[in-house]
Amino acid sequence: MLSPAILTAAIVNGLLTGAVYALIALGLTLVYGVLHIINFAHGALLTAAMFAAYFAYRALGIDPYFAVILLAPAFFGVGYALQRFVIGPASHGDDRNMLLVTLGLAVVIENALLFAFRADTRTVDLPYALDGIDLGFIFLPLPRLIGFVTVFAVTLALWLLMTATDTGRAIRAVAKEKLGAELAGIDVAHIYAVTFGLGTACVAIAACLLIPSYYVNPSAGNAFVLVAFTIVVLGGMGSVPGALIGGLVIGVVESLSSLFLGESLGQIGIFLLFIAVLLVRPRGLFGARA
Amino acid sequence: MSDHKFPLNRRRFLASTAVGAASAALGTIAMPTVLRAAGTPVKLGVLHPVTGALSYSGQQGRLGATLAIDEINAAGGIKALGGAKIDPVLGDAQSTPDGGVAEVEKMNSAGVSCIVGGYASNICLATTQAAARYDLPYVVDVGVADSIVTRGLKNTFRFGPGFGVIAKTALDNLVAINDGAGKPAKTVVIVHEDSLFGSGLAKLLNTQLPGKGFQVVDTIAHPTPTRDFNTIVLKIKAANPDLVIPANYYNEYVLLARTMLQQHVRPKAIYSVLGGAASSYKFVKEFPDAAKGIMDCNHWFNPLSDKAQALKKQVEAKGQFFTYEVYLNYSCVGLIADALERAGSTDRPKILAALDNSTWSGHIMPYGPTKFVNGQNQGAAPCNTQVQANDIKVILPAKFANAKPIFPMPA
Amino acid sequence: MKEFKAVAVVVVAMAAVPLLGVSNVTLNFLIVALMIALAGQGWNVLGGYGGQYSFGHAAFFGTGAYVTAVLQVRYGVNAWIAFALGIAGGALVGAIVGGLTFRSGLRGSYFALVTLAFAEVLRILASVAPVTGAGVGTLVRLDLRPASLQFQSRAAFYWMILALVAIALIVTQRIERSRFGVWLVAVRENEDAAAALGVNATAIKLIAMMISGAITAAAGCFYVQYFLFIDSGLAYGTWISIEALLTPIIGGVGTVFGPLLGALVVRAMGEAAQLVTGGEAPGLDLVIYGCVLVLIIWFAPRGLMGGLTQLRSRLFRPAPAAKVGHG
Repeated sequence: MLSPAILTAAIVNGLLTGAVYALIALGLTLVYGVLHIINFAHGALLTAAMFAAYFAYRALGIDPYFAVILLAPAFFGVGYALQRFVIGPASHGDDRNMLLVTLGLAVVIENALLFAFRADTRTVDLPYALDGIDLGFIFLPLPRLIGFVTVFAVTLALWLLMTATDTGRAIRAVAKEKLGAELAGIDVAHIYAVTFGLGTACVAIAACLLIPSYYVNPSAGNAFVLVAFTIVVLGGMGSVPGALIGGLVIGVVESLSSLFLGESLGQIGIFLLFIAVLLVRPRGLFGARA
Repeated sequence: MSDHKFPLNRRRFLASTAVGAASAALGTIAMPTVLRAAGTPVKLGVLHPVTGALSYSGQQGRLGATLAIDEINAAGGIKALGGAKIDPVLGDAQSTPDGGVAEVEKMNSAGVSCIVGGYASNICLATTQAAARYDLPYVVDVGVADSIVTRGLKNTFRFGPGFGVIAKTALDNLVAINDGAGKPAKTVVIVHEDSLFGSGLAKLLNTQLPGKGFQVVDTIAHPTPTRDFNTIVLKIKAANPDLVIPANYYNEYVLLARTMLQQHVRPKAIYSVLGGAASSYKFVKEFPDAAKGIMDCNHWFNPLSDKAQALKKQVEAKGQFFTYEVYLNYSCVGLIADALERAGSTDRPKILAALDNSTWSGHIMPYGPTKFVNGQNQGAAPCNTQVQANDIKVILPAKFANAKPIFPMPA
Repeated sequence: MKEFKAVAVVVVAMAAVPLLGVSNVTLNFLIVALMIALAGQGWNVLGGYGGQYSFGHAAFFGTGAYVTAVLQVRYGVNAWIAFALGIAGGALVGAIVGGLTFRSGLRGSYFALVTLAFAEVLRILASVAPVTGAGVGTLVRLDLRPASLQFQSRAAFYWMILALVAIALIVTQRIERSRFGVWLVAVRENEDAAAALGVNATAIKLIAMMISGAITAAAGCFYVQYFLFIDSGLAYGTWISIEALLTPIIGGVGTVFGPLLGALVVRAMGEAAQLVTGGEAPGLDLVIYGCVLVLIIWFAPRGLMGGLTQLRSRLFRPAPAAKVGHG
């Protein structure tokens, strides 16, 4: 178990898996950082996006990586509409009610998918899924490599958006001081919706990256939610680079704990890390002071 | 999706109060046969987790049960009750024990004569117990935990095998296959899901494998769901066992098999026990490369039965896969119908007695005639299957086999 | 005792229900709803009155459940004692989790997430530890005698859970009217200001958490006695954490009857949705349920109790001040 080959392989695996976790967490951290709510519907939205990616491949023959171009804007729209016309009005601006609204939404989305598509597990078998780079001690499949690179690209794009564009500046302003931003003329409801849309778009891209190696059924997205929360806290709520680094760290922690403690008990590594971070440094690696 | 014609499927929640009042007063519900006009439909509770985490299996189970009911009704219903048709009362256990118990209560209030289903062991434990309060006959469709039939409940019957029998059969068959090939396999890694069925099985295997000459190099537990099997496959690669024994649900099984394929981990054999996908037509169809040569010791229908083959065609014509939930439930309903015929009444005690002394061979499982001791069907046993030539063949027991095992798997 | 009039009326009215000859279906429904209400009442002490929203109340529910089950099955402890120890276990876990988190000054969403993590850690431990039966879970032997805290009749279970709920109602009401309650609410409204006024916020929150844990643990103990089986997913799963926070928020946080009302309404909604869609379309009933949930929040943002209070004040608007200065 302790041979360097196995350890290195485990770390590499952790990085590849962690990158996808990071992308899922990215959506969550944006929404938390700006709207200050924990989005309970995150898992369900991921599931919906995975179904979309699945059908894009099966019905339209679009390779999941190209489907990103189609699905990211589509889901941005979905997220925008949800926040603008459902979540925002329903919660009357109260954070705590927003929680329950997203919870209700999660139930609706998951069961609508169940009702529409039944419970069957569906998978996509890409012709190049077994191609990749063989390093001897580990084989790196092509889909995972593409996924890894894509996550970095998306994170970079998002970071640029947040720092260099007007919208990004507006988002950061609202995140820091809502009232002040409003007084400065920023349309807060619109910015909230844009943020939610961006978060949902991230989740859509993550779905496209997941579908070649994972599977989809109406509850598939739920498996990633708790991990995503952990990364958000570790990286710092609202921090884009934090989500990426946090994701990679968590991926490696999960991999190593699983190696030493077994997959079931190994999951504890993630949560113990989570608790430790919260008790010692709640703002996470890159978060603003609480 | 089940689309049953009978309009009486809706659960009467508030309306059941009147019936419930009588039952509360009497303590148990007893359908006086004198009030039954000949030909009045017999109500049968069909309980499955059709929503929630277990929804696929639940829906397959419901499919099997309703197909059997339709068939029996089309053939004239229960002759001993004047051609009474079976009226299914569908229930959704919502993949939780308390959901199942609530449905049992509703079914009892609706006046069912018997309940079939449950699927998951933890749901069955609760539902059989709830039904026991009313001496309501309950036939467990799948739930393999041994504890289901060892609690001394007089109303509980299980048609299929429990995991004690499954583990023993799997072990005996493994030894037979291994011996038959000159004993090429010695070291074993067990990969199991960490809830009731996986853990229980792993424990049994761990105690019994060494005695049969095998060495368990590692036992790896994993949660359901597991997002990623790469670390587990790494450990398997490091242990380099002759044999990998998986015991888990469909999704995790698929991920494991695919990851093993991706990482070029090919042991001498993959011998699963209650493998979630190892004997699933869906798996074989969607992942022929990962499925090649995999062996399973699992619930399986009698391949020599014409009725079974006909049912298979019928299910596939509907666009569904012929999975174990389907044919187990199908057989359970047939068992209940036979009991109703012999009891000649919908009196619960009479049905219980009829099930108790049942010797029915009209089913499509490789079990022989039924014989219940403490509610467990003695003849129930799993079969060994192997994926060969993109099809699932039965390799043991010899009586039902239609292929020889290929062991070890060609490199 | 006049202050307990409302509680007494409600409890007595509910106690009469089995005597009206309702069906076992209804009784079972009410029993489960009351159990969920009890879990919610625990949450309400910490979350409603204390303002500390916990996402991990499963930690207490599961502890109560496992302690009760394991003590009976593995150590032959009497069911009543095991039940009491289960409640104590909940309080203990509350003390530990509260001690760790409040000492670090965690609040708001950070607090919520850390409680979630604690519940998950316990779930994972329970799923692998031999003492809990690991993955196989723990099965309590069927023994329908009051000495084993199991009853032949559903009505007895109903009265048992109703008694627990009644105790929790009284505890909540006592807290509301005590100095402790005032401090707790002060901490909720503005912790820093309260601390500045000399309130020991950390100690108050800790006590609240222990009470909260004990009450929710009682719900877990009851679960075991009623269903006789527990495993890590049932004990510590997110389902109960969500129910425990959903029912008070829907019913009205920080009110005595909120969790009870919320539990009954939410459960009834689930049943109604199932009735409407029949058994034919899996998933559709839950879609309706989710939509109704969102609509309730949309139109009754302060929960149902808030809505009722608004209604009452509108119906019984006091007459315009006519007798001013009657001196």
